[in-house]
Amino acid sequence: MTDLRVIGGDLLPPRPERRNLLSIADLERDDVERLLATAHSFALSQQRETKKLPTLRGRLVLNVFYESSTRTSSSFELAAKRLSADTLTLRSSGSSVDKGESLKDTALTLAAYEPDVIVLRHPEAGAPAFVARATGARVVNAGDGKHQHPTQALLDLYTMRRAFGRLDGLHVAIVGDVAHSRVARSLLQALELVGARATLVGPPALLPAGLAPATHDIEAIADADVIYVLRMQQERIAAGANFVPSLREYTARWGITPERVRDGQRVMHPGPMNRGIEIDARVADSDASLVVDQVRNGLVVRMAVLYDLLTAGRPVAVDAAVGVA
Amino acid sequence: MLAGAVLAGRRGADNLVIRGARVLDPVEGIDALLDVRIDGGVVAQLGEGLDTNEHRVVEAEGRLLVPAFVDPHVHLRTPGREDEETIESGTAAAAAGGYCAILAVPNTDPVVDRPELVRGLRARAEAEAHVPVGFMAALTRGQAGEELAELAELAAAGAAAFTDDGRPVAAAGVMRRALQYNAVTGRMIAVHCEEPTLTRGGHAHAGAVAAELGLGGWPSLGESLMVARDVDLAADTGRPVHLMHLSARESVEHLRRGQSLGAPVTAEATPHHLCLTDEAIRTLDPNLKMNPPLRTAADRAALLDAVRDGAIAAIATDHAPHAPEEKDVPFESAPFGVLGLETAFSALYTYLVEPGLLPLETLLQRLSAGPAAIFGLDRPRVAVGAPANLTLVDLEAGWRVKATKLRSRSGNSWLLGKRLRGRVALTVAAGRVAFER
Repeated sequence: MTDLRVIGGDLLPPRPERRNLLSIADLERDDVERLLATAHSFALSQQRETKKLPTLRGRLVLNVFYESSTRTSSSFELAAKRLSADTLTLRSSGSSVDKGESLKDTALTLAAYEPDVIVLRHPEAGAPAFVARATGARVVNAGDGKHQHPTQALLDLYTMRRAFGRLDGLHVAIVGDVAHSRVARSLLQALELVGARATLVGPPALLPAGLAPATHDIEAIADADVIYVLRMQQERIAAGANFVPSLREYTARWGITPERVRDGQRVMHPGPMNRGIEIDARVADSDASLVVDQVRNGLVVRMAVLYDLLTAGRPVAVDAAVGVA
Repeated sequence: MLAGAVLAGRRGADNLVIRGARVLDPVEGIDALLDVRIDGGVVAQLGEGLDTNEHRVVEAEGRLLVPAFVDPHVHLRTPGREDEETIESGTAAAAAGGYCAILAVPNTDPVVDRPELVRGLRARAEAEAHVPVGFMAALTRGQAGEELAELAELAAAGAAAFTDDGRPVAAAGVMRRALQYNAVTGRMIAVHCEEPTLTRGGHAHAGAVAAELGLGGWPSLGESLMVARDVDLAADTGRPVHLMHLSARESVEHLRRGQSLGAPVTAEATPHHLCLTDEAIRTLDPNLKMNPPLRTAADRAALLDAVRDGAIAAIATDHAPHAPEEKDVPFESAPFGVLGLETAFSALYTYLVEPGLLPLETLLQRLSAGPAAIFGLDRPRVAVGAPANLTLVDLEAGWRVKATKLRSRSGNSWLLGKRLRGRVALTVAAGRVAFER
């Protein structure tokens, strides 16, 4: 067999610059710790009567959403506002995108406003990296195709740390449609960075090989500290897809019911939930559920991400800031 | 005779003396510092201190003179997408890459599936091509994979070979009939091996990298299943099949199995599959998106082994120009295909020969004698009496690949910004200086 050493050094991708947040793969553990600590400072600030901080006054944050989103777009917009940045949210419907404008031209148009940060959600992998290259603006990936959703993973880590007091050694069972989930991809990388362990559980064709230990046996969730439930989409059942025969069968085999959750386990879901399909309503509304915490924590984690990018990782001085605005 | 019939382009009668180069023709068994005199486009004399006969003299000391290259797989995008490539620009790129002949595939708009289209393209090539071109015709009407194209009429019009490249002949029954009927033409059938129900929605090799990046997978099985079928069909019919752009180690295993049983199967590999693995796509650069996709280190190693021992006898660029607005988009929106003609030798020399993975002599054969033999073309050679099809290479020259410097009308090279070693200095094609730096 041929010696495999040879891929020319310059044929491998270069290390990405740290001026964007495109993927969890771009982060080191130190970066994650700093972001979580910053988020916690902001969480404290959010307990005060005046929640708005002057930190990013005069900065412009553009939220550009090529896919529908409730949680992510509202939380980025509110995060920017709480930091006193100017914000503008654009959605693909009702914009020039409807008229067939290319992503490159839309990006160049928006870049002409000289935004400090472009927050982008797009149905295709690599779109945020593309916009970063095309415009030179700082870009935060708010979800691209099935590729990455790094702020979701960060808010999930933050939520787990708040619930368990630690991340190291935590065992997370990720249940459902991993194949089509950007949330799962980012979360797996994030868990590895902080020393937590993951097991993938779901229908065989929806568990890509090589990402993490995987099983189709739902019993495997018994050993986990966190049951992380992914959204199961109707289109996976359509003719020609055949990932599972029916939603009914999916729910029977992999749905998270009260009987499948043991004491002490916590249940998370990135939303939007299909109650009665991948998660039983009784579980979603139980004390074990961290779903609402995830949304609440999304705000401070996204504040931390914006702050970190625009201040090059300077530690946050919340106390000094609070009350000034 | 066949070669004369299928290649269309200007032929020359240049007079030239190339002096002092290291002349290397592995098939002829030549490796020596020699002068080469070309009279009227034909190699007239090899020797030391040749009389120049008042010919133009090219001083070539320190350079390498080799049989010019033959590319059996080029997308000239003509007719239909002349904004991406024309016969003129594509053959200029070929000449700059050291090629003396190329074969153009027929997945154009319209598809080349009628004799008058072949004749029209050949007439244009006679007028504007920098190096001779053989035009391949579709194997099935409209490349739809259902009804056979008029293979005999197409061959009579000058079709160089047949292929539905860009798509597979999905139905085994159609492929078998094509192989049987093709006995009347004697031309090669070249196949793009892809099982469409396994590759639908695929953007990258179905492996760890695609899983991590969340890209739809194009599995090795999507290729190798069809390779297995076509190898068995070649054995069954006894009719030759050429497997285009192999990418997976399982495909190489099927190829070897067929060859060991005496099935008439040949194959090609591309420079990008020989130099890269799917690790390279982590940047999601659309210039690393091609069909079939880049695969793993083990696949690359299997291809390289096969190129080394000759199971894969040809290196083909699958030169696939795309307009900037098509490639300047996110990875998943981008079409498949990358450029190859102008960088093939340099890339293979830099990434395979210099690190000691492939002997130079082997590379030269796979770029020239190998593909020529598969498609029944005259072998370019450094020999008295042979038409001058020669490439002069400066192995010491380093150069950086820049889109604006390419002769192709498109810039979608996987090597943009890379520094390569070894550069073509002069190409003589069909007796005519086709390129000179």
